[in-house]
Amino acid sequence: MSELRAQLLEWRAAVTRRLPPWWSRGLAGLLIVFGIILPFLFPSSGGFLNATIIAVAYAVMSLGLNVVVGFAGLLDLGYVAFYALGAYSLGWFGSGFFFKAQVHVGVSPVASTLPGIHLNFVLILIAAALICAGAGAVIGLPTLRLRGDYIAIVTLAFGEIIGVLAVNGQSIHVGSGMTLTAGNLGISAVDSPYFPGIGSFGLLDLRPWYWLIFAVLLIVLFVNLRLRDSRLGRAWVALREDEVAAVSMGIPLVKTKLLAYAIGAAFGGMSGAFFGTYYTVVNAAQFQFGFSIFILAMVIIGGLGSIWGAVVGGLALGYINNYLIPDVLNNIPSKLGFNFQLTAVEFGIFGFLLVIMMVLRPQGLIPERRRQLELTAEIAAADAQLAEVPGIAGGGT
Amino acid sequence: MSATETPAPPAVAIMRAEHVTKQFGGLVAVNEVSFDVPQHSIVSLIGPNGAGKTTLFNILTGLYRPTEGRILLGERDITHARPDQITKHGVARTFQNIRLFGAMTAVENVMVGHHARMRAGLFGSIFRPPWVRREERETRERARELLAYVGLREPVFERLAAQLPYGDQRRVEIARALASEPRMLLLDEPTAGMNPQESQALTEFMRAMRDDLKLTILLIEHDMKVVMGVSERVTVLDYGRKIAEGEPAVVRADPAVIEAYLGKQDS
Repeated sequence: MSELRAQLLEWRAAVTRRLPPWWSRGLAGLLIVFGIILPFLFPSSGGFLNATIIAVAYAVMSLGLNVVVGFAGLLDLGYVAFYALGAYSLGWFGSGFFFKAQVHVGVSPVASTLPGIHLNFVLILIAAALICAGAGAVIGLPTLRLRGDYIAIVTLAFGEIIGVLAVNGQSIHVGSGMTLTAGNLGISAVDSPYFPGIGSFGLLDLRPWYWLIFAVLLIVLFVNLRLRDSRLGRAWVALREDEVAAVSMGIPLVKTKLLAYAIGAAFGGMSGAFFGTYYTVVNAAQFQFGFSIFILAMVIIGGLGSIWGAVVGGLALGYINNYLIPDVLNNIPSKLGFNFQLTAVEFGIFGFLLVIMMVLRPQGLIPERRRQLELTAEIAAADAQLAEVPGIAGGGT
Repeated sequence: MSATETPAPPAVAIMRAEHVTKQFGGLVAVNEVSFDVPQHSIVSLIGPNGAGKTTLFNILTGLYRPTEGRILLGERDITHARPDQITKHGVARTFQNIRLFGAMTAVENVMVGHHARMRAGLFGSIFRPPWVRREERETRERARELLAYVGLREPVFERLAAQLPYGDQRRVEIARALASEPRMLLLDEPTAGMNPQESQALTEFMRAMRDDLKLTILLIEHDMKVVMGVSERVTVLDYGRKIAEGEPAVVRADPAVIEAYLGKQDS
């Protein structure tokens, strides 16, 4: 087994050596082209394209959470809060919900005759990103003095607070008979994205929706890649590795951590705004704690801290959740003579997948270079060696 | 004995601690300690285990706030400054138990050390205008130079810090501290775990650093050979109090110091 693995690694190294230096760029270009033509290969309103759109939007969220959890090492269990805030940004600024207002910026001719605030989807995306970045920083503030598990508890609580606020927002009056949210009734009749020259997106042709969220994914991916190899990205990893050493090297703790929260939240908000318009309703029941865990599972299955891992994890769970289980495998139990549908046990399936993943490949599908090395035995040996050196084990005076 | 009669500083003090006290609950870890670090000198801080040396280091670098007293860096009061601000003002340090960023390469570790001297912010990092590219490139080059300066060679540069041998980790830590372009370098037991030859080499290296980089060095050290060989001044702590201070030869002969290290003589 280990010989086989060594052989495989050797082959991989040999292949990598022979590839020209531009191969990774070329591969990225090919993937982008494939991503653009993908919807032509499938029916324009079918289940597969629908699942793809949702999976890509998940990948965007997964990338956002990866900044917080993967890069900066801040375990955030309340990420659903930014899904909620992003979706509500769409609800607030892209529907007739605030019916007393009359604001129209760059929307379709139909929408511009309706009451309420109607902004172009691009503006809503920006608004969602900004609102969530602000909220992310606010949620980050009380966790600054905390570490590890304690951060997880505080963020979890914030996720719940936003959820409860969403449900009860229909009793919070913001004047003129308007409320903050519509609770479990949901803000419905939200605008579809509209672009001059393209028109409004309809639900019979899903391709424009796909290209829209694919473009968002590319932007978020670009920002992630740039940040990873930058002064800021290094500062996040340094804080994750050793907070005391990092601040002693001149990294401002508060600013750097809050930036991680804000950026991660902004991506979640963009994806949330997209979901708001794609699902055509912003309903408080969507924002459950389980969703935070779902996104976290994407990051972990993909490989904590790995950008491509987050994308693959998001796509994988997106497809499993929205295509494989409901469309492809759903009837298998009944064919085997059982009286239930597979969708009824989907959380069981996810749990099973997570366990299998952790046993077989704890570093994730596409592990980050650093984590991959961390998990090898070589480092364990090096650690054991370090522990023998006097002055390493104990603290100082 | 000589805690009260502090000798006049021989040169301009780059760092000055005035009546610094640090209490942890009922424990007084550092008690009314005052001392000067003259510019361009090498000063050792010694004392038995538990004397408060590392606590004092942590106060000087901003990791702890002193309960009382104040710290001056040149003319600037840094008593309440954050660690990253103090680094920016030109104080860098290493740790007793090496604290490298294990999952980063040696070069990346040193590049993190340069953080305070870089300007790229969020948007600079995302859009990478030419000046950011130049800053990144120069930081990387500088990091490699510093690693070479502390005596490391090429294949080590791109290896993960956690995978390096102990001696190399110590060197990377010094390079990382130097990357912040400090005026003053604080070394916490730099020779811990080294054999006599390595300690000797490090002693010489400290002098070279001081002269090459116009540094002032404050070190905590247990190896008396290193202390006597390298320091121009020695400050001795015991139970959080300063019990002696002065030139190495004088301090070595001080009965209070001997008592602190060896216990009271009965005869």
